[in-house]
Amino acid sequence: MGLLKFSDIGITGMAAAVPANTIDNYNYTMHFPTEDVKDIVDKVGIKERRFAPEGMCSSDLCFAAAEKLISDMKIDKSEIDLLVFISQTPDYRMPATSVLLQNRLGLSKNTAAFDLTLGCSAFVYGLSVVFSLVQSGFIKKALLLDGETRSRIYSPKDRKTAFLFGDGGIAAIIEKNSKFGDSYFSLNSDGSKENYIKIDGGGYRNPSSEDSVKEKIVDEHGNIRTDEHGYMNGADVFNFVISEIPTDLKNLYEFANETKDNMDYYVFHQANSYMNNYLAKKLKLDTSKVPTCIESFGNTSSVSIPLTIVSQLQNELKGKKNKLLLSGFGVGMSWASSILNFDDCHISDLIEL
Amino acid sequence: MKEQFLNQVKETLEITDREINFEDNFKEYDEWDSLNLLSIIAMIDEEYGVTIDSNTMSKITTIEELYNIIESNK
Repeated sequence: MGLLKFSDIGITGMAAAVPANTIDNYNYTMHFPTEDVKDIVDKVGIKERRFAPEGMCSSDLCFAAAEKLISDMKIDKSEIDLLVFISQTPDYRMPATSVLLQNRLGLSKNTAAFDLTLGCSAFVYGLSVVFSLVQSGFIKKALLLDGETRSRIYSPKDRKTAFLFGDGGIAAIIEKNSKFGDSYFSLNSDGSKENYIKIDGGGYRNPSSEDSVKEKIVDEHGNIRTDEHGYMNGADVFNFVISEIPTDLKNLYEFANETKDNMDYYVFHQANSYMNNYLAKKLKLDTSKVPTCIESFGNTSSVSIPLTIVSQLQNELKGKKNKLLLSGFGVGMSWASSILNFDDCHISDLIEL
Repeated sequence: MKEQFLNQVKETLEITDREINFEDNFKEYDEWDSLNLLSIIAMIDEEYGVTIDSNTMSKITTIEELYNIIESNK
């Protein structure tokens, strides 16, 4: 089982940036009748999203978040020895965006830098990788960047995905400190469900072609997309989440010798309100301990867990000790959960870019 | 039990203006759409502890068939 335990490592600061460009979901009606849009938006509970304007990449959002965090925390850049960039919307197919960010941020050439490409589970996966490198090496400070421009992946003419996704980027500093105590991770994967959420074209299996960028009607509902747009089978994803996540959390609590009620906050991937509310209900959680930002930012894939922390828990984490449960799930299918201690975590004010 | 399930389906689909029957093809209801598909899946999971995948859902048409699947998976 992909169960991991770390000691005396934690997140000491976080910052997030979102595009200033705001989409009012109820008025996102250029391709569908207003009343259909209202039904969908009511159900998914996403009132606004942020769309990166042309030319703005995930890395730009992460860069802004990182610069703010470094300046707010008065971090000496020469102390950053590791940079990990998480995204499925990188700047280029090569080189890795983390390497470009090392240069843009003015970090030392001795910085270890690489990208991680997972979706909604990636923040928790990324944390586990950073924690393990910090635990085993001589890294003073690690910078974890996580950015997505998911608005560009989905077709605005496919109602199954047109109203869900938004853009954002975050930065987190991870350090050793005995105040953090033990942390626990559970990491999972199930590639047999690869077609639950997928982009078929534009990779090396089905390369970009004239045909792959042609719009097609893809189902009996008249939804339209190209082979290079993402698609999602909502009912299968829903079933997956409501059956796998409760099991995973049970395993994690058991491994960590913890109980559900010991957690101060439960931060889930922000998929859509309907699914998140049902999951919280099924897990019998006190909803006042389940922060959410889905209404304002939509589903930002891997960014949604840290964006929820930055936008909803700034005051709650300041000067206090808290135990958080994090759980991310999605494309792959891939899912990961973690129990982490926070102790006076610095949270910068949200940046609009 | 069967009567209760019928009421649960009716409530989940927010049907208020008429009675529904076991023989109905629920996919022909005006209220039926992909969003209500999730509501039905959630209701069955919550009330009966059974998860029905979308492939199974796509093969059935009547409320009776839905009920029988729950019964055989309980």
